[in-house]
Amino acid sequence: MNQKSNKAILDIQDLQMYFPVMRGLLRKKVADVKAVDGVSFQLIRDETLGLVGESGCGKTTIGRCVLGLYKPTGGRILFEGADIASFTEKKLREIRRNMALIFQDPYSSLDPRQSAGSIVGEPLKIHNMTPTKGEYNDRVEELFRVVGLDPSMTDRFPHEFSGGQRQRIGVARALACDPDLIVCDEPISALDVSIQAQIINLLEQLQDSAKELSYLFIAHDLSVVRHISDRVAVMYLGRIVEICKARVLYENPLHPYTRALLSAVPIADPFVEETRERIILKGEVPSPLNPPPGCSFHPRCFMAVGECSEAIPPLRDIGEDHQVACIRV
Amino acid sequence: MAELLKVSNLVTQFKTESGLVKAVDGVSYYIDEQEIIGLVGESGCGKSVSQLSVMQLISAPGEIVGGEVIFEGQNLLKYDANGPEMRSTRGAKIAMIFQEPMTSLNPVLTIGQQLTEMLELHMKMSGDAARKRAIELMSLVGIPGAENRIDDYPHHFSGGMRQRVMIAMGLSCNPKILIADEPTTALDVTTQAQLLELMKDMVQRFRASLVIVTHNLGVVARYAQRIYIMYAGRIVESGTTKDIFSKPRHPYTIGLLACIPRLDEEEGRKLVPIEGLPPNLINMPPTCAFLPRCAYKVDKCSREPWPPLTAINGNHYISCYANTKEK
Repeated sequence: MNQKSNKAILDIQDLQMYFPVMRGLLRKKVADVKAVDGVSFQLIRDETLGLVGESGCGKTTIGRCVLGLYKPTGGRILFEGADIASFTEKKLREIRRNMALIFQDPYSSLDPRQSAGSIVGEPLKIHNMTPTKGEYNDRVEELFRVVGLDPSMTDRFPHEFSGGQRQRIGVARALACDPDLIVCDEPISALDVSIQAQIINLLEQLQDSAKELSYLFIAHDLSVVRHISDRVAVMYLGRIVEICKARVLYENPLHPYTRALLSAVPIADPFVEETRERIILKGEVPSPLNPPPGCSFHPRCFMAVGECSEAIPPLRDIGEDHQVACIRV
Repeated sequence: MAELLKVSNLVTQFKTESGLVKAVDGVSYYIDEQEIIGLVGESGCGKSVSQLSVMQLISAPGEIVGGEVIFEGQNLLKYDANGPEMRSTRGAKIAMIFQEPMTSLNPVLTIGQQLTEMLELHMKMSGDAARKRAIELMSLVGIPGAENRIDDYPHHFSGGMRQRVMIAMGLSCNPKILIADEPTTALDVTTQAQLLELMKDMVQRFRASLVIVTHNLGVVARYAQRIYIMYAGRIVESGTTKDIFSKPRHPYTIGLLACIPRLDEEEGRKLVPIEGLPPNLINMPPTCAFLPRCAYKVDKCSREPWPPLTAINGNHYISCYANTKEK
């Protein structure tokens, strides 16, 4: 499948992203919000890695660091073997040709005054992919066809499209430069139920037909993540608490937070629901400004013991492709 | 259990510049005492408007043009929307919880002021008694340190806590029916589970009925006893939750169940999307609104008007001409 020696397209090592909190007249830094605090994982070529967690857990921040939109506070982001965390803006631009982003909201992520064709074609111009006008037009039309849009609609404006079609425009724009990696940040959350499946299938089909395409799929909807991902990383307050194969996630979740998160998602089947374990967590996600000591999940954890508040549990291997950060499993 | 609310042939329309929008087009349903029902559909299908119509909360250019809402033997639609009868029902006997806890609380009043207002108005409580009851209600819905937090403003509360305040408000006048309109959509997964569980416990405790308006089939599978599926302003299928999920018969319901990913699905399952788009509700054709997207259509569908809801088995109704059992 790939000739390159390196199996991972993306290798994130101990990534930290802190946002300073400024107070007072002199804007003195009083604290850090540790949005991402020591995250390591690999994204294998041609793989889809799901990144799930609740709002504020740092999943979107990771996506933005990967794209070089944030300069990480610490750690390394190896993309195709090169540490892009240390890249200059100019070098980042070059490498960004190989990565793209699909946004959550198909309404605010498309410029309302730009035609659909020029939105999709803009990356081609920026990266000088199509030297002649004819090549440019051919490529834009091809992209429209690939995502299931009528190429005769290139002159229309975003408001003339439905939500699902707009998201297809967003997908076409992401595909324009034939990237190796696409970060999908909640790509279907804003769509209607019956339209979501169309976009999920489109993303799957694109991956199947591409030479090489990896997705970092960020979402809060576990059922969707479980469906589209090969592996899933579950995040809580800036850290990964469990990472495993998507199949294992539902069959054998080990971290108490993963178990609670799974049990919180209702399954559209009343017969299954009757017999499911239901873990209702107490309290709410603490502020990342002042996380609890030790394992940040311990105040809400139904398995917590005294030691849980003493040290941050490391992510450790407990089986094939399965890592958990919990001292109780 | 006795019937508590019966809605028949409810029609609510919006006159817009581009044409007439039949947001709710002949909707009929009922709720029994102490029952949890689910009203399921995608955005724009009329599920929220139907509930707002029951409460007479429709404002211009919208208008309730027909139908009956029978509650405690009276047709609520006969009452003036701002008359004394409607005001003593709305918020008191029938209470509603909205999707956005951020926007449905008044930002310049404390939680206590907003809670006691209802108690003083509907329950004729004195200031002190109302305050005491408000604190009780806040503890009941799981707000820690209620006596200290009652004088806080909405922005002091997290999204989940604000929705708890909304639930406390909804319950404050011992309602017969609690309508929850996408109550947890804006919230995180574990908070959603907490709040739905809380609502279920509370309606049991208050012996009230609960209407869950949602697009999430999982939520109704977990909590509702009966389900109504809506599409383009009409109910297309209704029945017990188990019937709907094990023997779905309307093509739209069948399509919905085939297109959502499930947590417990087998590996390699392919989603079958419903092709096409939900219809634009302006100037709808008289035929079945699902026809352009339907995988089961027969000749009769394009000739005859929208099929009426017909019983197919006991309490299981569909509005469809096609034989969905075959195929």
